[in-house]
Amino acid sequence: MSAAAPAPGIGLVRTQPSARPGLVGQTFAGVCAISAWLGLGVLIVLLVGVLWQGAGWLSWSFMTHYDSRHPEQAGVLAGLWGSLWLVFLATIFAVPIGMGAGIFLEEYEKKGWLRTLIEINLSNLAGVPSIVYGILGMAVFVKMFGAFQGRPKVLEIGFASAHLEIPLPFGRTLLSGGLTLGLLILPMVIVVTREALRAVPASLRQASYALGATHWQTIRHQLLPAAIPGIITGVILSVSRAIGETAPLLVVGAAVYLANAPGGIESPVDVIKHPGGALEAPFDTFTALPVLIFNWISRPEKEYRHVAAAAILVLLGLLQVFNIAASVIRARMQHKARW
Amino acid sequence: MASILTTVGIIYVLVSETLIAIPPNEAFFQLVSPKQFFTDTRWTPQFSDRHFGILPLVCGTFLVAGIAALIGLPIGLAGSIYLSEYAAPRTRKVVKPILEILAGIPTVVFGYFALVFVTPYALRPIATGLFGLDVQVFNAASAGIVVGIMIIPIVSSLSEDALRAVPQALREAAYALGSSKYHVSTRVVVPAALSGILASFLLAISRAVGETMAVAIAAGQTPALTLNPLRSVETMTAYIVNVSFSDKPHQSLDFKALFAVAMTLFAITLVMNILSHLVMRRYRESYQ
Amino acid sequence: MLNGLSTIIRDRADAQAVLPSDLKANMKPKLEARNLSFFYGATQALFDVTLSIPERSVTALIGPSGCGKSTFLRTLNRMNDIIEGTRVSGHVLLEGTDIYEPGIDVVALRKRVGMVFQKSTPFPKSVFENVAYGPRVSGHRGSKALAELIEASLRRAGLWDEVKDRLGDSALELSGGQQQRLCIARALATNPDVLLMDEPASALDPASTARVEDLIFELKQNYTIVIVTHNMQQAARVSDRTAFFNHGHLIEVDATPKIFTRPGQKQTEDYVTGRFG
Repeated sequence: MSAAAPAPGIGLVRTQPSARPGLVGQTFAGVCAISAWLGLGVLIVLLVGVLWQGAGWLSWSFMTHYDSRHPEQAGVLAGLWGSLWLVFLATIFAVPIGMGAGIFLEEYEKKGWLRTLIEINLSNLAGVPSIVYGILGMAVFVKMFGAFQGRPKVLEIGFASAHLEIPLPFGRTLLSGGLTLGLLILPMVIVVTREALRAVPASLRQASYALGATHWQTIRHQLLPAAIPGIITGVILSVSRAIGETAPLLVVGAAVYLANAPGGIESPVDVIKHPGGALEAPFDTFTALPVLIFNWISRPEKEYRHVAAAAILVLLGLLQVFNIAASVIRARMQHKARW
Repeated sequence: MASILTTVGIIYVLVSETLIAIPPNEAFFQLVSPKQFFTDTRWTPQFSDRHFGILPLVCGTFLVAGIAALIGLPIGLAGSIYLSEYAAPRTRKVVKPILEILAGIPTVVFGYFALVFVTPYALRPIATGLFGLDVQVFNAASAGIVVGIMIIPIVSSLSEDALRAVPQALREAAYALGSSKYHVSTRVVVPAALSGILASFLLAISRAVGETMAVAIAAGQTPALTLNPLRSVETMTAYIVNVSFSDKPHQSLDFKALFAVAMTLFAITLVMNILSHLVMRRYRESYQ
Repeated sequence: MLNGLSTIIRDRADAQAVLPSDLKANMKPKLEARNLSFFYGATQALFDVTLSIPERSVTALIGPSGCGKSTFLRTLNRMNDIIEGTRVSGHVLLEGTDIYEPGIDVVALRKRVGMVFQKSTPFPKSVFENVAYGPRVSGHRGSKALAELIEASLRRAGLWDEVKDRLGDSALELSGGQQQRLCIARALATNPDVLLMDEPASALDPASTARVEDLIFELKQNYTIVIVTHNMQQAARVSDRTAFFNHGHLIEVDATPKIFTRPGQKQTEDYVTGRFG
């Protein structure tokens, strides 16, 4: 029935002393609230579960030993170093290219069909499943399109006292993995660079031009420095996403059982003791933290579940370190750059 | 441009292995007819009786993605309605970071969660205990559930953006007509934000389709053309991972099959992403 | 300036049959504000306003920008409740019942006191669905009765002839003036007694404005109308009573002709003669 015409003398419709929205409305609001808070519930269950399963197995020796056929002796050392190396390689590959591309896209000519193509391309790439990146990496870096089929070469480069032996094709090495991950985070780095540049106030730009600076000078001396905090934060976040990636690494050929760290470097001290190891490392076989986790989960022995849980804790811890680093850098630099 | 190179690279790799033959390489589709690939219902590359029908893998992928959508889309949408229409700013400041943390958790962790917790402590008690159904150790349901949880942040954050973009004037007009918050939210705001919400759905489903590790761990490695979520299935992505382990020679048919599957996967996610962008563009144009 | 307004008043007087001279004898108050004060957080926007709105008449609220006239209008249907941190003291009585008393069903209140906004805000739905929204959320079911209600509302808003063949089209395709009349029809569909209008024609061209003003003239036979306007000629044209606000205070309220020809307060006179505001 339609809204009632006011009966004379009654005035307004007055409900019960505590006027409440209808039952449907309340239930709806409740369902929505629960849905929003569900994420917290899941996180708590997840954390509690992993802690319960793995906390007992977490120890310093866990972090400093390699995998083993005996669950009690298994450790994440190979995976830990592998992940760190991968992140390092991915960053030195993706950041310069990504920043360059980001600057180009944001600062230079914005018209034309090529431009539109690039834009569409970029947004599609962000949605490609990571495993496809793995396949690309495998074909390009590991096998190099089969160009060296059956006849692998070794490229020797020597400078100073260092001696580099680069296998061609790259094969199932750290380098292939690092470059693949680099490709994976490249779209993110580009986006982050662009947004950081966009966030720089126009007034800064105009002031620079007004003082007679060229476009490039403005970019180099004003815009980039202003955008760097945002870029760094974004890069750290993309890297933390890369740390958790497993599928592309598996396709590229990460080893699941590995008893050595890349280049033989097992602790930060080793870098100084055997610098040659650092040069060999990229061409070594490799593994990564999430790969180890995957493998341990897949093993039939129940004890490996605990090992996997402990490794998950290490992984989550590593991620937290990165996130905190990102927040700290962002806070610090925002403090400095006040415009 | 590096990004173009990447795309070109992907397409080239996939196409060169599957469609076009570059001697001395033979393309997959020269050796296995496309018809067989898309219609055969058995995927048994390793058996002596080899079949290369991709349907079981596609079925596995969509079974998992379907369950994930059933869970992730409604919860994500409801959560976004709460954040946009009901929650106080203080609450939003707490809930949004939580969702971001959820989004940052690596998928292996979710796979672990599915295998070690969801199946034994949630699925089995309910399905076997209550309904007497058989739940295999590896099953599509546990994978679907965790993938659903994984896509909640995607739906939530994009839908929330869409809802908040609805002009406040529209809400005021609806309130002025004497409607409750429930009606304003469901009959005015959500319909007005529909394209943005749909775009977020498409993106989330695309993510679910491309998800690899959680399904590789929890769903299993036996391709099966089935709709029973309590059985083990193999998705396209899990297949690719499983095959990569074995060191098959580059020329072998098994290896090439990998590329064919990858190309199908790429095509599906590409289509969904493009659809999502088209829908998103329509949403941006709908307010004068 | 006063002369121009006087001309308008005189013309209207000729057109209208009866111009009531004594307010209290002929009309009873539909809405009454008593000692109403309003606060946005710590800032006070309305100071102790006491004002009667007689039924089946048009009351105009005028004053310079920021004087509180829109804020006052919104207290009459409790639209300010939607904004956080607002506070009300005093009373607003609808036919004798204080609408700010605890226990009042705000949703029902807004069905009896409708509002039309300055910028027309049609929902992104069809013309039909826009007008049907109010009745639908009230639980209206029967489709035949609903269609009749829609038609009646559209007729009363003077829009029926223009849209009767386009009921299924999107409301966003209508012109600005049509959209505003659609919003009026939408408000009328909930069968209110009172219609609040916040500068309803300020975003419209002169032709549409004239149509809206004619509409107000017709509507006042059945509805009590309160209209906020910054256009004094408009106030002079359509309203029976005019209230002048300044800096959150009600300065003066009286029959429209008197306000514009022989205002009691100096502030009022300064405003209507254009010396400020």
